[in-house]
This record gives sequence, structure tokens and C-alpha cells, in this order.
Amino acid sequence: MEGAATRRLTMLVLLVALVIAFLASFLIGPADIAPGDLFAGLFGGHGAAGVIARSLRLPRAALAIVVGAALGASGAALQGLFRNPLAEPGVTGVTSCAGLGAVVAIYFGLAARQPLLLPVFAIMGALGSAGILYLLSRRGAGAIAMVLAGVAVASLATALTALALSFAHNPYAMADMVFWMMGSLKDSKPSDLYFSAPPTVIGILLLMSAGRGLDALTLGEEAAQSLGIDVGSVRGRVVGGVALATGAATAMAGAVSFVGMVVPHVLRRFCGYEPSRLILPSALGGAVLVTVADVAIRLIAPDGQLLLGVVTAMLGAPFFFWLIIRLRMES
Amino acid sequence: MSAAVKFEGVSAAYGARTVLANVGAAFPAGAVTGIVGPNGAGKTTLLRVALGLMPMSAGQVVVLDRPLAQWSRGGLAKALAYLPQGSDAHWPLLARELVALGRLPHRAAFAPLAAADMQAVDAALARCDATAFSSRRMSELSAGERARVLFARALATGAPVLLADEPAAYLDPAHQLGLMALLRDEAARGKAVAVTLHDLSLASRHCDEIIVLSEGHNAAQGAPAAALSDATLAQVFGIAAERAGDGGVRAIRRL
Repeated sequence: MEGAATRRLTMLVLLVALVIAFLASFLIGPADIAPGDLFAGLFGGHGAAGVIARSLRLPRAALAIVVGAALGASGAALQGLFRNPLAEPGVTGVTSCAGLGAVVAIYFGLAARQPLLLPVFAIMGALGSAGILYLLSRRGAGAIAMVLAGVAVASLATALTALALSFAHNPYAMADMVFWMMGSLKDSKPSDLYFSAPPTVIGILLLMSAGRGLDALTLGEEAAQSLGIDVGSVRGRVVGGVALATGAATAMAGAVSFVGMVVPHVLRRFCGYEPSRLILPSALGGAVLVTVADVAIRLIAPDGQLLLGVVTAMLGAPFFFWLIIRLRMES
Repeated sequence: MSAAVKFEGVSAAYGARTVLANVGAAFPAGAVTGIVGPNGAGKTTLLRVALGLMPMSAGQVVVLDRPLAQWSRGGLAKALAYLPQGSDAHWPLLARELVALGRLPHRAAFAPLAAADMQAVDAALARCDATAFSSRRMSELSAGERARVLFARALATGAPVLLADEPAAYLDPAHQLGLMALLRDEAARGKAVAVTLHDLSLASRHCDEIIVLSEGHNAAQGAPAAALSDATLAQVFGIAAERAGDGGVRAIRRL
């Protein structure tokens, strides 16, 4: 079909952009170290350069890819499921609930005893809100119901997160609250990567397996079923995949919003409107966006006081608004 | 004419409300079967039951000589093509991409469109006279053009049975006639075509067989002139018909 060349080119461009952004993320940071020393440090240097390269820069740059890929792919799949460009993990409340799960795991000492419990709790939190999405989509809820339910779920999850933080008698509660609400890749550790990458990869694979079904849903639910699609299974895979990927990403980086909304929308122009064709490119595009945003905040505020989610929300929220206006004008 | 789809004593209910009661009917191959009846008579439900989208409380449906229960999901998708009421595209796909969705039952997971799929898509577009705008987006097409593309999607499935729910509902008269001509073409190719219609004149002129449903019951069936008799029209619809020389319904008025 036509457009296949454009799609391949888009993937190639995204890959090249990701490599460049990843290198920039690895090379730019508060400590002023020559690129040569950093690369040498990757392979066994014992000095400061080695520690910074292996324990700080590499995990941070890699985690940006994991988080961006999780959010981008989740957004593309949710938009396909709801047949609506407003759907994404942040707006639907999935990230807030994942954050709540993570907070519970951390501040009640569970994650200290067993680090695996951190992503597990975040994924369970995400599953809770994703379950609400499942019910909504099964009842054929429209965009307004989805967004409003997302607002309600996110507000409750944010309040419960604040409640959990205040019960935990944590002197840094306020700072931590900001982290969970806005998200950041600062202080990423190698272990963050080990715990978030596998669920994210599995989640994205689940989402991709639902791609055909999401395409068929373009025709409506009954037509999709008449084409042999098990719509219940498609819904289950999207909800499960989103919970795994977004949950694991949020456990490490906090709530980074709007990536899942912006990326698929931009890529539709190049990859077409079929949901199956957007999931993998959106994972790549999300990785590029989050990595670039994470480099940008280090350039804007080298002291590390600017949070990643601040930048994505400042880009994404006006976009959200614009999208609502445009959708209103179309209908 | 052999029956491609047979309903044997089919009953179905939404909760406590019975929508089909002991319906016996058949969609013969090579013919257009029109399903008519007042709102809520069970027309859509009859199609949904045949598609396995709605459970039966009694009776059985036989599709291509095999009971519905013995069909696999994928097998049934290749046997029955369905055009639901008020069909539309939720994303502005290219018309061609949309028609290609009809090939999903024939494709393995992650497999690209094969040459046979492409051929089926091209043929379906050509039969619906939609080739000219096949590389335009659905959002850029007129309602009549969109209806043709959506119909082509159902044809691309290549199923021997075509079920269409109110396909004429939102079309202007010229497009309605064009659509009925397409349905007749498919029947002439040996397919069993079943279509729910509100327009009795369209039904009586373009269908070979008529099934009249009334409150879930099978009120009449047979050739149009017989099934849409004055007595049936009065009893089921509460209307009288003015007829053309061939017995077809020309105009209707309230009783």
C-alpha cells in the first residue's frame, strides 16, 4: 500500500533522532566531563568519569527511552481503543494511580524490603485505573466520559498520594509529592532500569499484539467482531499492556504527562491513521521526546531543579486544549 | 435455491424483553432477502443472532449447512460479511485502507496484505465504483461515497453471505437505488444477501424474498407481492399500499 515508504523513512528518522538524543543525554550533565573520558568510563574507568558514566548518565539516558517508549505506545493504543485522540495514560488517570501504587510501596517500607514490589505496586495501581477504562470502553463510553472519569480518578489518586505521604512522616514529603506529580529522571539508578525495562517491553509487545484488533475497531465494535476479532481480548491486552508499561515507567520516573497524547498525533501525519501502524513508531517517538525534554531541562536549569514533567506538561497541556477546540470544530 | 442461513425456531431476549419468538426463516443463496418490520420488530436482532453477536434463548441457526455453535470465530468471519447500521469510520483512514480491513479474517497475525488481498480490495472498490477516490481519506468523502467505501469493505471480505443492516437509511434516493443494484449484483454472483429495510417500496422492488417481522414474530414471508399483502401491511404496519401493475408497493398511506 502507498505510504509504506513514508512509514519506513519515519521509523528511520526516529531511530537516528533517538541515537543522537541518547548521545546528547549521555554527554550533557551537571558534571563537566570530556566526552572521551565518559566513553572510556563506560568501559571500566574507575575514576569519577567511570562512576558518572555508568551509574548516573547511562541509566538516566536509558530510562528516558524506557519511559518515553512506554508512554508513547500506551497513548497510541489507548487512542485506538477509545477511537479518540484525547486518550493517553495521564489524562485517563493511569499515571496518577501508578504513582499512588509506587508511593504506597516506597513509604510503607515495602520497596526497601523487596525492590521488585515498587514496580509491582505501581503496575497494580495502573491496573486499577485501567480497569475503570476497561469498563468504560466496554460500555461504549464517549470521549467526554473518558476524560471526566480520568479527571476524577487522577484527583482521587493524587489526594491519596498526598495522604500516604503525610502518614509516612517523611521530612521530604513536599518535595516527593512534586516528584510524583511532575515526574523526573534525576537520580536514576541502574536498578531502576532493570525493574522498569522488562515490564515495559512486555507491555509494548502486548499492545502491538492488539494492533489488528484496534484497526478493526475503526469500523465499530460489531463490525470488528464480525471480522473475527475478539474485542474483549483486544480490550484486555490494551488495558494490560498500558498498565504494565505505564506502571513500570511511572514507578521510576513519576507522572510524566501528555507524551502519550502528543506523539501519536504528530506521527499520524507520517504513519497513517491505522492504530496498528502507530504503536511502535509512537514508542520510538515517545523515547525521542522524553530524551530530548530531559536534555533540555539540564540545559535550561543545570542545577537540576527543573522537573521533566514540567516541560512535557508545558508542551502538552496547550496541545490538549488545541485538540479539544479542533475536535469541537470538526463535530 | 439452497438456504445459506437458516433460522429454526429462534428465540432471543434482551433481559426480560423477548425480541425474537420462535422465528423460522431462511436467506437463500443467489437471492436478495429483505427483512422488514416496524421499529423494534427484531430485524437487527435477527442479523445479530446469525452473526453470533447475540445469544439465542431457543432454537438454532444453520450457516452454510453447519450449526452456528460449530463455527470457529475466524471461520464465521470468512462466511458472513456484516455491514452494521450507521456504519462509519472512526478514524479518517484512506478509503483503500478501510476496504482492506475486510481482509482481516484472511490474514495471519502481523502478516502484510498478500497479492490475493490486494486483488480482493481492488475488485471490491471497482464493483462499488469507488476506485476513483480510493486513495482519499474517509473524512474527505461525501456521505454517499463513504457508504460505497464501507460497502466495499464488506464485499472485500469475500464471504458467501452478506448481511446489511439498514444500509439505505442515510442515503438519498439515487444512492439508495445504486445500493440496491449493488446488492442485486452480489446475489447474481451467487451470494446470499440479507438486508433490513424500512422503505417498503425499495424492498418490494429489489428483493427476491421478504421476511416480515412483527414484535419478534415472523408475520409473513415469501415473494414480495405475497409477503407484503394488503392484509399484512394493515396488520403489521397499520398502512395501506398503492400498487404498481406488477404488485410492487408504489406509495403508502396511513390506515
